[in-house]
Amino acid sequence: MASKLCTYLKASVVKKQVMAVTGLLLCGFLVSHLIGNCLIYVGSDAFNTYAHALTSNKLIYVAEAILAAIFFTHIGLAIKLTVENKKARPVQYYMKQKTGRGATFASSTMPYTGMLILVFLIIHLINFKFGPVYMTQIDGIEVRDLHKTVVLYFQSPLNVLWYVIAMIALGIHVSHGFWSAFQSLGFSHPKYNCGLKLISKLFAVVIALGYIALPIYCYLLGGK
Amino acid sequence: MSSDNLMTLNLKIWRQQNSKDSGKIQDYVLEGVSPDSSFLEMLDQLNEKLIAEGIDPVSFDHDCREGICGMCSLMINGQAHGPERETTTCQLHMRKFNDGDTVVIEPFRARAFPVLKDLMVDRGAFDEIIAAGGFTNVNTGNAPDANSILIPQSDAELAMDAAACIGCGACVASCKNASAMLFVSAKVSQLALLPQGQVEADQRVQNMVAKMDELGFGNCTNEAECEASCPKGISISNIARMNRDYLSAAVKSKAEPKA
Repeated sequence: MASKLCTYLKASVVKKQVMAVTGLLLCGFLVSHLIGNCLIYVGSDAFNTYAHALTSNKLIYVAEAILAAIFFTHIGLAIKLTVENKKARPVQYYMKQKTGRGATFASSTMPYTGMLILVFLIIHLINFKFGPVYMTQIDGIEVRDLHKTVVLYFQSPLNVLWYVIAMIALGIHVSHGFWSAFQSLGFSHPKYNCGLKLISKLFAVVIALGYIALPIYCYLLGGK
Repeated sequence: MSSDNLMTLNLKIWRQQNSKDSGKIQDYVLEGVSPDSSFLEMLDQLNEKLIAEGIDPVSFDHDCREGICGMCSLMINGQAHGPERETTTCQLHMRKFNDGDTVVIEPFRARAFPVLKDLMVDRGAFDEIIAAGGFTNVNTGNAPDANSILIPQSDAELAMDAAACIGCGACVASCKNASAMLFVSAKVSQLALLPQGQVEADQRVQNMVAKMDELGFGNCTNEAECEASCPKGISISNIARMNRDYLSAAVKSKAEPKA
């Protein structure tokens, strides 16, 4: 049974399907994180209460472990697939031109946007999750003032710029990845192919703009 | 035909003695090329000139020269089968080029497609994939009654579209990952779509994918450069079909993939 599973997990088609499933799950994470972010527009108390509710729940460790596993699978497999792909053409072309009818900027830069997102992710965790801790009181309970950490971080235009660039890269990555995941899993039909590609692009724009709005809002908010 | 139209071309051609040689790009100037000649006729003209000069002619693959056998190949100015859409190299005409143009001619490149000499490439890997499962078992004897097996028109059309694949390898050559997914999926689909292909369906898709992986082709990143450069316009919807057939076979088939 285990050997059978191993045989399948080594197949190119299945590796791509694991990439697809983990990628779609990460898209789900992006949506939930974005909804959480939106609480910053409600106010500091709403934001901090939400952050406290998340971090004080013991189940957060299980959720984080699952999330980390999804991330590591997606990243690890991406590296493995990219290395295999490079090996598949040991001698490069003297001249290679794209047809202009297939590859897009997003599709041909997936490993690069992916790497940029990974670097961003590490810096993001250092800055916020493991960043400066301020405390505040909500209804008499001592909670972490994550709102202050976020707003103070985005007082630097350089931090805002880096965040915006990373989110544009994320949007580009997702615009190909979302549709590509469905193709890898075998969803393809003239009835919904166009729709799926459109939804993929729309989803990427919503995600990118949604995330970009936050640092700009915080920057404009000033230290308030 | 008036000689006014004749073109002079600067050719940059990949020359490689044998599969062990590292090879290099060699410059040639070819005068008097008719715009009405095909790309392969232009190479014939070059070879006649080279032979007259006592130089080893350029080896290249070709056979029917009618765009149906899948034997001709070539990366022309960085594109598989050249710049024209849904056209094989043999059907590409020199009128697509201008007098004085520089034309870069290279072999199809992939680990699974070793260069034998100059522009000649061993695409036997495709034959190995077909041997791994690209067939159906049929009873010999009398021909079966026509139309005894009912096939929906839409399925027949899709199967015919997939069967248009001539196995030239342009999909592998143009893919940045040298993936053979379009070829394999077309060969899986042409049988998977028909009732006659159902008996071996699960084993076929598993074994052909296993063989493809074993031969060292790359992984598909859904860029669709294969579809765009395919001389027969094979759609990447075949790749999606193969992906779902593989997943379904992996879940329900009793047989494991064997390459």
